[in-house]
Amino acid sequence: MKKDRGDIELAGVCKSFDGATYVVDGVNLKIADGAYCCFIGPSGCGKTTILRMIAGHEDPTAGEIVIGGQNVVGLAPVQRRTAMMFQSYALFPHLTVRENIAFALRVRGKSKADRLRAADAMIEKVRLTQFADRLPAQLSGGQQQRVALARAAITEPRVLLLDEPLSALDEQLRVQMRQELRRMQRELGITFIHVTHTQLEAIALADLVVVMEQGKIKQAGAARDVYAHPHDRYVAEFMGGQNVLSGRVEKVNGASFTLAQAAPDGIEVPLQARSTVSVGDKVDIAVRRDDVALVRPGKDLPPGCTTSLPSRVLAIEYQGYFVKVMLDTVPDDEFVAYVPEKTFFADPFTVGDVVMATWATGSALPLA
Amino acid sequence: MSAVLADMPETVAPATTKAIAPSKGGRPWTFYVLATLFSLYVIALYGPMFCIYILSFQDIRGGLVFPMKGHSLHWFVDLFTQVRTGDVKGSFDRSIKLAVIVTVITVVVSFLAGLGFRKRFRGDTVVFYMMIGSLVAPGLVLGLGTGLLFQALGLNASWYTSALGAQLSWTLPFGVLVMFAVMSRFNHVWEEAAYDLGASRWQSIRLVMIPVLAPGLVAVALFGFTLSYDEFARSLQTAGSLNTLPLEIWSMTLNVTSPSLYALGTVTTIVSFVVIGASLGSIVLIQKKRSSSAKG
Repeated sequence: MKKDRGDIELAGVCKSFDGATYVVDGVNLKIADGAYCCFIGPSGCGKTTILRMIAGHEDPTAGEIVIGGQNVVGLAPVQRRTAMMFQSYALFPHLTVRENIAFALRVRGKSKADRLRAADAMIEKVRLTQFADRLPAQLSGGQQQRVALARAAITEPRVLLLDEPLSALDEQLRVQMRQELRRMQRELGITFIHVTHTQLEAIALADLVVVMEQGKIKQAGAARDVYAHPHDRYVAEFMGGQNVLSGRVEKVNGASFTLAQAAPDGIEVPLQARSTVSVGDKVDIAVRRDDVALVRPGKDLPPGCTTSLPSRVLAIEYQGYFVKVMLDTVPDDEFVAYVPEKTFFADPFTVGDVVMATWATGSALPLA
Repeated sequence: MSAVLADMPETVAPATTKAIAPSKGGRPWTFYVLATLFSLYVIALYGPMFCIYILSFQDIRGGLVFPMKGHSLHWFVDLFTQVRTGDVKGSFDRSIKLAVIVTVITVVVSFLAGLGFRKRFRGDTVVFYMMIGSLVAPGLVLGLGTGLLFQALGLNASWYTSALGAQLSWTLPFGVLVMFAVMSRFNHVWEEAAYDLGASRWQSIRLVMIPVLAPGLVAVALFGFTLSYDEFARSLQTAGSLNTLPLEIWSMTLNVTSPSLYALGTVTTIVSFVVIGASLGSIVLIQKKRSSSAKG
């Protein structure tokens, strides 16, 4: 049904507002046509600036932005065939839902009958028919978001850009609207680029997750890659779900090395993707919180576990299907185990208990 | 998991604003003291004006002071028919025309200034303070200067040239200040959204900015009109040979000794109230129209 490709390529894109500091600093990225891409990072990392540059609301200081094989730098949003959904939706307060959605057709000089027919079809698509004559102020947050989505989509853009689209909603609605966004993306079959600072949102939605820090891309890949195989400490800590430990390499033995730590025999870590490690290097490793098992001292370790770290339980939080146990395993870093609810309550710990934290040796991941 | 908790919208504590006066029992004595003070203030504010309105409705025996002698509309008829009272009709016409011209120019220029000042530019503070300066400058002096300048240039001072300019030096800064306040409530993202949806600059102004800012523009217009309509100091030396209404009233106070003067006061007050009523009415109408078109 669509003729134009919406694949995007960013090549050496830089942006500086004051000529001295770079908000976006040499970003290279390829986004496939029809992909759902999430930019994620803390505020001020440049993710929104990238979005606005793709949208045509800012010009890059350097670099190229290519959409569908065409360099679009300097073109207006209409010429780029992109549409943006603004963070606070930016619905026109004096226009009704129908008029808001028909706005883009109105400025293109479509006749009133044509544009209202198209708007009504779109209103039906986002299930707002009974609210068509209301003003934005008379709608709930979720309804406003659907209007904003419909207004952006009516021009049949090849790329839809969403700036923190769910941040104005409460938690329950956010999960619901998340699915709606994904559904719309599939129906429209176009590229979505979504900026967020919420990890869960990014990994739930995206085909391509792009983690950013201080204007640079730290890691870009499939959601599962980024979550389960973070490149470095920053990504591991930002995406969450990992314990990060650091230590010096004590000895290298073939396909694995040993990290000096509080454990009596050190921590054995498989080399995996990391090719070279030499004795004395300071290395960060990540261990998934749900890979950590807790054993009472003196008991046998589960099979496959060679490392166990003596720890004291600092706090326990019940989370429903799992229990979050916070430990003082490593002196400076947080160390947390997610224990399945049933396992935990078979032999519950209390705060102050001494336990052995252990994990299957193969699941420890050395970081860059 | 902690990310979920961190992203929960902050729960806002229910507002605990209570009336300052305790709700049970009678009002405190301070209420009566302050109420008396306020009543006296209102009487002092409106009393003198009401004296004039009341005295304008006397019959032919009426004088300039109380007690009231009979009641009729005699002095209103007198006002518009008798030549000896001066050129009331002519000056009224001029004042209205001048106020309309001033209003249009004030609204247009204030709106454009509002657009200009959305972003900072080199020298913006200088421009701003120069504008405020003309508010602070004594009107009489400014008027005198304008009159002198026209004379020096060999131009005839008249109400639609020199007086117009002198009045604009007064209404424009006011209009621009009001416009700034109005503009501060305009979310620039709306413009960005319009641009994103393909609107040209002009379409974005016509279809988004002006409709959203309409109530504020009416307020600017109201300011322009009323400031011009009763402007005296700046017009005194710049109106030339034909008077505006405030100048005419002033000259009447010097040589007319009948309740006609009071009748004129009543008429001008009514005109002011009609203008204010029309402005506020149009704001209400704009808002009504929006919410009713929204009901469906």
